[in-house]
Amino acid sequence: MTDDVDRNRRHFLTVATAVTGGVGIALAAIPFLASLKPSARAQALGAPVEVPLGSLDPGEMVRVIWRGRLVFVLRRSQAMLAQLERTAPGLLRDPNSEEADQQPEFAVNTHRSLQPEYLVVEGTCTHLGCAPIPEFQVGPAPDWQGGFFCPCHGSRFDLAGRVYKGVPAPTNLRVPPYRFIQDDVIMIGSESGAA
Amino acid sequence: MARVESEVGKPQTGLIRWIDERFPLLETLRYHATEYYASKNFNIWYVFGVLSLVVLVIQLVTGIFLTMNYKPSSDEAFASVEYIMRDVDWGWLIRYMHSTGASFFFIVVYLHMFRGMLYGSYKKPRELLWIIGMLIFLVLMAEAFAGYLLPWGQMSYWGAQVIISLFGAIPFVGDALVEYIKGDYSISDITLNRFFALHVVLLPLALIGLVFVHIVALHHVGSSNPDGIEIKNFKGSDGIPVDGVSFHPYHTSKDLVAIIVFLMVFSGVVFFAPDMGGYFLEHANFEPANTMATPEHIAPVWYFTPFYAILRAVPDKLWGAILMGGAVFIPLFLPWLDRSRVRSIRYRGWIYRTSLGLFVVSFFALGWLGLQPAEGVYVTLARIFSVIYFAFFLLMPYFTSIDKTRPVPERVVYHV
Repeated sequence: MTDDVDRNRRHFLTVATAVTGGVGIALAAIPFLASLKPSARAQALGAPVEVPLGSLDPGEMVRVIWRGRLVFVLRRSQAMLAQLERTAPGLLRDPNSEEADQQPEFAVNTHRSLQPEYLVVEGTCTHLGCAPIPEFQVGPAPDWQGGFFCPCHGSRFDLAGRVYKGVPAPTNLRVPPYRFIQDDVIMIGSESGAA
Repeated sequence: MARVESEVGKPQTGLIRWIDERFPLLETLRYHATEYYASKNFNIWYVFGVLSLVVLVIQLVTGIFLTMNYKPSSDEAFASVEYIMRDVDWGWLIRYMHSTGASFFFIVVYLHMFRGMLYGSYKKPRELLWIIGMLIFLVLMAEAFAGYLLPWGQMSYWGAQVIISLFGAIPFVGDALVEYIKGDYSISDITLNRFFALHVVLLPLALIGLVFVHIVALHHVGSSNPDGIEIKNFKGSDGIPVDGVSFHPYHTSKDLVAIIVFLMVFSGVVFFAPDMGGYFLEHANFEPANTMATPEHIAPVWYFTPFYAILRAVPDKLWGAILMGGAVFIPLFLPWLDRSRVRSIRYRGWIYRTSLGLFVVSFFALGWLGLQPAEGVYVTLARIFSVIYFAFFLLMPYFTSIDKTRPVPERVVYHV
């Protein structure tokens, strides 16, 4: 009886059954794994937000929430723009914003913004996600021309959100996509076209 | 030694017999309790396995009762914990038992693991037993981390933010992975809800399953002992190891003493110092989560701080994450890193004893440094102790093979 067993056929059937079953399990896993992605509601709540700038005085900053993330909108005063000019590029890790993921194309400039006056950056430290604290005054450290300081692990950023060298944060603060929909209203989360 | 003839050994009638014909009841009891022989010279280091089980039961029972009043939603979570603390009868006790239990879980598990390092419990044939134990440790860390988000306090929120951001250090897929773990663009209601599911369903199931497998593996290879001798090598004419005594009633009655002492200490903390000065329950967590502001000083709970200190000691995001993960995983390889011919520290030479001492010092030092701000001399010290931590494991194949060992006796040394 055992001599009649076709071992090749049996091996083929075993492998074929295992492969078919494995593919079935893998396909059945897709809905479960996909259910963990941001849901339609989460995406809808991640829609662009409008921020009116009219009430901002020079040197004043507001915190807004976009996609549940903190965004800083700072109206830089003339003094702050001068401080930014004085920040030595040699102290910065990426002074020319060459890291492409950290800002839209339009913000690749010294002030990292559409208009020099208004800075829009995510208030999320690029090290481990804490919220940096505004420290806009010059000094007391000799090289400090004002900027943002992360209390968690001591990362420092200048008034354009550019990261200093020798701190744990690897990149500049991220500039979210945004555009001016009126002279004094910006829309965060949308770069062009209808929101 | 006279052996107690237990009820289990007698021929049974009635209900027990009816069950036994349909389910291996007595066979199981004999195999795992009344006829499971463990060395008679166990010392205090051998109680922490049983104590881990006790804490597991405390956590499961208090956890089930907390679930009955807790609300896993970002709008209600913080308030529901306060509700448990103030309005639910005895809610404060159940909640403090659970939060204190988390810290005590790590205390007894760390001591249990250190016992393995003292007496070489991980060496052949107990490598798989050690690996299963390490998996339990990893699941326990995940369980503690997920649980810490649930009260939705400031430290819950920002601690989770920092740890989840670690995955962002992975090249290419990092940012997408972080979004996938959160299920949103930030830590939100959705994240809280899924962490709740992990904390109360998936991870406890995994924990219970792994603990079961850990005990099955232990009872298959047999318990080690402070001399690192196989008691199975010396059996009497009855086939029972002469240096072994049955787990029940001998070890169970001794364990009961340890359990009572443990519960006294545990109750002391629950009733008199439930936040343990900010070490068991961090003060920042008595404020509800605020997306707009990170607390001035952020540190994980004490049981994660040795690894957190290593993360902060590295001035590079990706390497910091890699070394932190490495520090957690590296003890998994102890069975193969340790080349010594003897198991127990009793018969090892000065090199291993010194190295283990340095390892303990570096572990405590890193634990303390992880609570300090990451600046100046603290960072320098964290780097020094991180190097010692890794050197202990990475140089182990070398120093354990040159270390002079002493001859191991054939029978266990019994200190009355």
